[in-house]
Order: sequence, then structure tokens, then C-alpha cells
Amino acid sequence: MPFTPPSVDDVIAAVAGRFGPLETSAFRGQTRLVVPAERSFEVLEFLKQRGFDLLIDVSCVDYLEYRDPPMQMPACAGSRYGLVYLLASTTTNQRLTVRVFADDPEPMVASVVPLWEAANWLEREVWDLFGIRFTGHPDLRRLVMPEEFTAHPLRKDYPLQGRGERHNFPVITRHES
Amino acid sequence: MAVSDLQLPENVVVSRLDALASWCRKNSLWPMPFATACCGIELMATGASKHDLARFGAEVFRFSPRQCDLMIVAGRVVMKMLPVLQRIWLQMHEPKWCISMGACASTGGVFDTYAVVQGIDRFIPVDMYVPGCPPRPEQLIQAIIDLQDKIQREGTITGREFDTAGRQARKRALVEITSPLTVDAARNPVLQRELAAQAGSLAGRS
Amino acid sequence: MSIAPTSFESLEVPEAATRSEDYLWTLNFGPQHPATHTTLRLVLKLEGERVVDAMPEMGYLHSGFEKIGEHLTFNQYVTVTDRMNYISPMANNVAWHHAVETLLGIELTPRCKVIRTIIAELARLSDHLLSNGAVGLDTGAFTFFLYGFYQREVIYDIFETLCGARFTNSYTRVGGVSQDFTPLVIEKIRSFVKTFPKTLDDMERLLTRNRIFVDRTKGVGVLTKEEAINRGATGPVARASGVTRDLRKDEPYLAYADYDFQICCATAGDCYARYLVRMQEMRESLKIVAQAVENIPTGPVSVGIDQRTALPTKQQVYSTIEGTISHFELSMSNRGFEVPCEESYAAIEAPNGELGFSIVGDGNETAYRARCRPPSVLHFALFPYLIRGHTLSDVVAVLGSLNIIAAELDR
Repeated sequence: MPFTPPSVDDVIAAVAGRFGPLETSAFRGQTRLVVPAERSFEVLEFLKQRGFDLLIDVSCVDYLEYRDPPMQMPACAGSRYGLVYLLASTTTNQRLTVRVFADDPEPMVASVVPLWEAANWLEREVWDLFGIRFTGHPDLRRLVMPEEFTAHPLRKDYPLQGRGERHNFPVITRHES
Repeated sequence: MAVSDLQLPENVVVSRLDALASWCRKNSLWPMPFATACCGIELMATGASKHDLARFGAEVFRFSPRQCDLMIVAGRVVMKMLPVLQRIWLQMHEPKWCISMGACASTGGVFDTYAVVQGIDRFIPVDMYVPGCPPRPEQLIQAIIDLQDKIQREGTITGREFDTAGRQARKRALVEITSPLTVDAARNPVLQRELAAQAGSLAGRS
Repeated sequence: MSIAPTSFESLEVPEAATRSEDYLWTLNFGPQHPATHTTLRLVLKLEGERVVDAMPEMGYLHSGFEKIGEHLTFNQYVTVTDRMNYISPMANNVAWHHAVETLLGIELTPRCKVIRTIIAELARLSDHLLSNGAVGLDTGAFTFFLYGFYQREVIYDIFETLCGARFTNSYTRVGGVSQDFTPLVIEKIRSFVKTFPKTLDDMERLLTRNRIFVDRTKGVGVLTKEEAINRGATGPVARASGVTRDLRKDEPYLAYADYDFQICCATAGDCYARYLVRMQEMRESLKIVAQAVENIPTGPVSVGIDQRTALPTKQQVYSTIEGTISHFELSMSNRGFEVPCEESYAAIEAPNGELGFSIVGDGNETAYRARCRPPSVLHFALFPYLIRGHTLSDVVAVLGSLNIIAAELDR
């Protein structure tokens, strides 16, 4: 008998059976699942056991200047930061997007490094550029900006040209070098 | 007695010492490829077989700054990289020259963002700018030929041509007004020296 | 000159120094080092010549690409993607506009699909030529690198004939490409397809069974299949470890479903396997190009003017009313494409792995957020795991085989 892998809908039904109904939607064939921040780790662990074994990406969107509720889903409204977990399965090649929302003043989400080692640097990058704290992350340092940097540059309230940090360096002239 | 009156054997050439030194220097440029981004690949293409930089006597790429006298900054330089660039520049021996290759190194190029330094000439001296994003290998070769020309024309054995404090000071006017320190001044020796010099000049004036 | 006498007190070995960690020494590697291929930095903990641990550090080329993406329109941002993975810019162009078209829901014309397939595969060839060449260069085979670079020049030449730029091409547009294929381009690609296998054979003869190269790469930096999945490796790095994931087969995009080619896999997961996978992938890519270039569908290269995404041609603007209106509307600053207030992610199999863009649209022609999913970040994070227990000289072999591109890594 040929093995038929569970479809994304089956997995979402299983998630709903375990954690209660969660809001989902689809756009261009991509299914999104909105998970409350306090349960994100459990849901992602469950999804990993159900075959989504490859973590493609962890990123974040700052909805500060966004007019509508993101993706026209009421569950997403009201929070400033929306984290994006892109999951995929290496056996069935299905994809699933998990959305977790966090808000100021202390945006905080559980780290998924215990589940996927791949999340380590991706979460550090989100911390660096958006200032989202990942609780339980083994080594949450800045990844791309200098250690001395104080802002989180991909937030919408940070200007594109920066605040002059880029030119705050000593000048070496010909006669002193 | 004029030089022309000397009875010289056939294989003796008379020249100025400055010209002789410059002639030696210009034909033995050892580039230090400070390749950070896309221009670095074109720099590699310049050194590879089709364009062959060896034809112009500047093919000895050395990755140790102590051995080099021509720094080719190829690619954008960002906030985190600039202290490294300055340190490598200070480690190079005199006489030394610098080519700023590509739009990003010269002006920041399309990357007018929070992290990218808008032109390395704000922070280190530059002799030659190569436009292009990235420049073609031919352009880089032309820049090296022009630099050789400049060395022959202006070079002196004592390095008097490097005394360009006035020119540099004019360029300094380009530096933007900065906001509260994000770079730790206490750990930066160059900044410390500069602050000390400023304090000294202020004290001398009053 | 007098030399101060050494203070012997300071040289006394304290008792605590007998711990094994005290014999370790720390070596800073990069960010300016020839074998780091641009700007990576490693802090290595060494015991003699053996690497006990490595701490990679990045960000020496972070230029805020994602922030620029929030300020440039979909067509303008393609110039920035060129500078992302700069050894295969065409693949990035294709990836970016693939993501944009997924968000906008545009279906490309058959001709455009095939043209994009051809240039993406040529980009893969040029990437693998450089990355394998760099592995050779770092392990001491300079000739191999020159062979690879010479063929890259041929590919550059094709691209230059195609769109006028040899290196940073910015070739794709929303719903199409900037220039159509001309007979000259097709002729050049045909002759490349004919001559390239010979160079590839020469390169394989130089290195594949070279004793020095094999000894330096075989068994070095082994990545198991489980770890490859757990650590998010994609592309040739994952395929060399036995993960049979290739988006060209698994989620066929563009015209890949029409061509006959194979996914190249290995099971060893070491540097040598990654080298072999790349070598074999070049042959498969060449197969795709050879099939595609002979059967380019006729017809328009960009989607029609009814869709209001691609600018109409000059002929259409001057001779039809639809063309004039379309051109006018697209050029006005308060019109332009219709972008849904939605989010989508789309990825292609770039030479280095899965390269995807998540775009958040807010009704504007500029993305609200343009996130790039770079394969290099995850591959560079692999590095400490791969290098532990190997010698210092293996550092360059492992780094080269991962093919980390700093601009894509830091963005």
C-alpha cells in the first residue's frame, strides 16, 4: 500500500485538536498559522514531530506603520512585531508558515534553538535588527551590527540613513599615517 | 659644468635621484587587495588570465599589509569594517598609495544606509578613484597606470609629496555632524591621539 | 640600547596552569584574509595545530539591504539583489522577481520562463566555477582556478551581449526581462555549450583524482544528514550529505519541469563530496541549458500590457491607445502596479542553496518589508561544527567548500 503523506490541512487539524482552534489563512497556496506567543514553542515542537523537520527561516516584520491588520486576519491585529517561522518538510516538500506576534515594550518570544540548531543565528539576527528577545537562547548577542551599537536598525522608527553612527570614526590623514 | 658636458660612457644614464626612486617604485607596486564585495571579484578577474595585471608590473598581490605599498579598497566599507581598514592602512609601510575601487568605496554608491561609510576618503587618504559598479578590469588597469604616472611625476625620494595636510583638511569638511558616541573612544588609539592633538592645539591658541 | 632584564617572577608557572585549557591558544582569522574570500572572521581556539573550537563572526559587510528594500520599488530593488550574491547575480535577480511575481500573482510568458531558466543555470555554472576554483586555490591548485576563471569570462561575455553589463546585470523586470534574446546571444550560448565540457574534463583531470587535493579534502568537515537538516543546510552542502532536496524538482518553478536533468547527491558529506556535487551539478546545468536553448518558445518576452505590470514597448506606446494609457499609468507616481496587502514567500534553488524572499505588500509599489532568506548564514553557522578536531590547514578547505559569500551573508 503506498504511503500517503499527511497534507498541510491534516497537520493543522491535528494542531487544532491538540491546542484548540488557531486562526489560519492561505495566500498563493501558502498556509499561515497564527500562534499566541506563550504557546509558540509547544506548537513548533508539535509541528516538528509531525514532519516539518527543516526550519527555513526565522524573520520579523515591524507593523508600526501598517494600516490594516496583517494578512487581513483579526488575530494579527494590535501587535507591533510579527515573527515569521518558515517550516518545510524534507520528505513531503510541504511548507507551512507560523506567525507569532509580540508587542512593545518588552517583545519576547521563546527561542526554538532546542528544536532546530538552525535557529541560533537567525534569532540572533532578529534580536540584532528588531530587538526581540528570545527567552532560552544560549547566546543572544548582536550578529551583524557592532557590539557598541545601541539601536535596532530594521525597526520602522529608525531612519534609513541612520543617526550619524556611520561617520563617527577618527580620520587618518596623510601626515599621521 | 653642465651634465651634458660630461664625457660619459655609452651605458651610463644620468638622472635625478627623485626620478630614479619614483621609477623603481612605480614599477614594483605590490597591491594589497582589501576586497570586501563585488569589486573584489572584478579584482580577481583583473589578476586572472584574460586581463593579466602582470603586464603592468603590479601583479604581486600580498595579503600581508607589511609587504605592500598599494592598497586597493574594492567594495563597500561598513561601520564594522572601517576600524579594520584604518588599522591595515596604518600597518602598511611608507611610501604607500591607495586606490578606491568602485562607487561604494568612493562614495557609498547605491548603499546610502545606516551601516555603509559614504566614501572611504573621509577616513583614510585616497590617491585614485575608479568609478563603476563594479569597474571593469580595464578601468582598474587604467587606474594603476595613472597611479604609476602620478608616482613618476610627483614622487620624491623623501616623500615630500605626501605632505598634503591642507588637502585632507578640506575633505574633512565633508564629514557629517555626528550624534552621541556609539564607538568606544577609550579603546580607539587613533581617536585618542586626535583628541589629544585637538586639546593641544586649543591650549596653544589660548 | 639597553634591554630591560626579564622579570623571572612573572614567568613562574602557577599551579593552576596544568589544566588542559591553559595550553590552548587563540588565533584571530580574518576579517581581512585571502582565504576568507571577502570579510568573514573566525576566532579559533587551537591546541597545537588542532582546532578545538571556532567562533565565527559576521557583519563586516552588513549594508542594510533589507532596509533599502523598504525604500526602492520592486523594479529598482533588482539592482541591489545583484550585489547580494555577487558571484551569481543573475540567480538573485530571478529569485527576487520570482518572489515579487508570486506576491502579485503574475503568470509569466513561456518565452520568459525559458529565458530565465537559461540565465539561472548559466549563473549556477559561473558560481560553481568560482567556488570550486576557490577550493582549489585555497588548497594550492592555482591552475585549476585559472581554468575556472577563464570560463567565467566566457559566461560574462554572454551576459554582456545579452544586457550590456558583464557582472551586475539587473536583467529581470516584474513580469519579464529587460532585453530579449538576440540570435547572437543564442549563438554564443550554443558555442559555450559545445566548448565547455572539454574544459570541465580538463578541470576534473587536474583535480578530481589529484592525490594532494583528495588527501586534503576527503574526510574533512563531515556533515551528517541529520545535522544538515537540523542546522538548516540547503543546496549543494545539504545534497553532499544525502539530503535529496532540490527545489528545481521538488517545487518546479519556471520551466524546470520540462527538462531532463538529475539531482546530484553524495552521502559522504565531506569537503570532497561537496566538490564532487558541484562538479556534477555543472554537467547537469549544462544539460538544461543545452535543452533549453534549442527550444525557446516564440512570442512576447514580457506579460501583456493588460496586466499593467511591465512597461509596454515603444512600438505599443506610439501606435496603440492601450499602450499609451498603460505607459502613462505605470509611470505616474501615484499609480503603478496593484499590490495586495498580503505577504508571501517564494524561493528558488540558487547555486548556493535555497534563496528566498518574503515580501510584505502594503498596496504600494515598494515592499513594506523585503526579507531575504540567505543560504550563506546557515552554512556559516555550520562552520564550528564542521571544523572541530581538524587542523588549522583544513580551515580554508572547509570554508571554501561551504562557499560563503559575505554580501549575501551579511546583507
